[in-house]
Amino acid sequence: MRWVTAQPTRRGALLLGATPLLVLALGYVVAAAARHADNPADKILPLPGAMAAAMAGLLFEPDPLSGQYLFWADTVASLWRLGAGLGIATMSALLVGLALGALPPVRSTLGPLVTGIAVIPPIALLPILFIVFGLGETAKVALIVIGVAPFMIRDVAGHIGALPREQVVKALTLGANSWGVILRVALPQAMPRLLEALRLSLGPAWVFLISAEAIAADVGLGYRIFLVRRYLAMDVIIPYVAWIALLAVIMDLALTFASRRLFGWAHLGAR
Amino acid sequence: MLSLRNVWVEYGEKVVLERVSLEIAQGSFVSIIGPSGAGKSSLLRVILGQEKPTRGSITLDGAAMPAECGPDRGVVFQRYSVFPHLSVLGNVLLGLEFAGSPFTARLFGAARRAAVAKAEAMLEQVGLTDSRHLYPAQMSGGMQQRLAIAQALIKRPRILLLDEPFGALDPGIRGDMHALITRLWREHGLTIIMVTHDIKEAFGLGTRVLTLDKRRHDPHAPQRYGAGVVYDLELTRKQAAADRPPERVEEASITIDTIGNN
Repeated sequence: MRWVTAQPTRRGALLLGATPLLVLALGYVVAAAARHADNPADKILPLPGAMAAAMAGLLFEPDPLSGQYLFWADTVASLWRLGAGLGIATMSALLVGLALGALPPVRSTLGPLVTGIAVIPPIALLPILFIVFGLGETAKVALIVIGVAPFMIRDVAGHIGALPREQVVKALTLGANSWGVILRVALPQAMPRLLEALRLSLGPAWVFLISAEAIAADVGLGYRIFLVRRYLAMDVIIPYVAWIALLAVIMDLALTFASRRLFGWAHLGAR
Repeated sequence: MLSLRNVWVEYGEKVVLERVSLEIAQGSFVSIIGPSGAGKSSLLRVILGQEKPTRGSITLDGAAMPAECGPDRGVVFQRYSVFPHLSVLGNVLLGLEFAGSPFTARLFGAARRAAVAKAEAMLEQVGLTDSRHLYPAQMSGGMQQRLAIAQALIKRPRILLLDEPFGALDPGIRGDMHALITRLWREHGLTIIMVTHDIKEAFGLGTRVLTLDKRRHDPHAPQRYGAGVVYDLELTRKQAAADRPPERVEEASITIDTIGNN
């Protein structure tokens, strides 16, 4: 057996994949137990029981001040911001990316602008967004859009621009006009790439979401983490981070599944 | 039918084609051969309308041909001729959908059923009936080229342009494809212009063989002179065979011997 050609079976792969996660969890528990043996009031590495107790309050008991179930209110607020930001970014990537990729005059006109926006670090624009849009939801959604849309636009435009010239010529000889080429040749081939770009943008989108929430918000997963940090409340922070990771993994898998399901033709070559 | 008068193609300083004048008759099968860089593909692109000649004029039935690709000229490239996101049937339907519905480029209801029937008839002619739900990525190179031919023919183009269509295929498959294209050429009364590297293929299929090469060469400035038509051979015996009413028995078989048609 050579390492480069070894193919684990399905069960073997599952087992191998689970091992590091289990080792990490076990290592954490051992380290936490060791710290608690020294100091039963330790807050830095809370034991699982303490985390469960802290989270139970956020999950199942309404906050006395606002009457909301904080964990769920945080989740809904964050997912709404993320969804709105990614939705706008995806739509603009589809429209602008398609036009940039398929129409050379549009590429000449808007290409430099998109490139210029793409190289600005989005966090540097956050103060401007807060000044322009205020501290409400708009600024946070706008940060996500500005953070991920240029990458997605460039990715989709690049992919469409790189389609073989032959395809366009062929479509024209089949009687298409420019609109027909965009609709039946460029758009369908942009879709799987768009989903892939969206999937790769999930990570940055979460970064911008948490950043925006950390700076100015009154609800949200990132807001909560940065709030309880003041009390060294690792028993809340760690479950929140794990929850964010779980949400991100679910979104990633859902997008992969959707792409395979909707655009099966794009995954035929991979086999 | 198609006539080129004193066509030049230049890219900046580089002259690719010079003084190309041709008359191509309806129903002929013109093979274009020549060394690499002799402008074979440039000539094809000019006829296709993908490029504008620097000088000279191209007329189709006496009317100047626009330097734009259109449905009067079909094309099959060596690769990338079919759309990877469409099934075999979808690929063939596409030409009918563009014509039938300029805004959505899709057909519905009775119009779609009629188009599907037409497309399936075309697929039967190239032997892809059983593969109509496959995607190009699931097919061999030969099947993809059959599909590309069917896709082009459904538009009933005045001229079919083939750019090394069989260059990437195995020799065995290539023989089948030669038989197929010969049969389709006769049945549909096509005018075909084919660029190829394979001299045997050029003479085996064509009724006329054009050889492109440089007539003059300046060793200090190899870019200075372009290629022109140095040999123009009419294979009259085969043209006569083509004009004869087609023999049914021969056409039914896909493995007909192309050499026998000479």
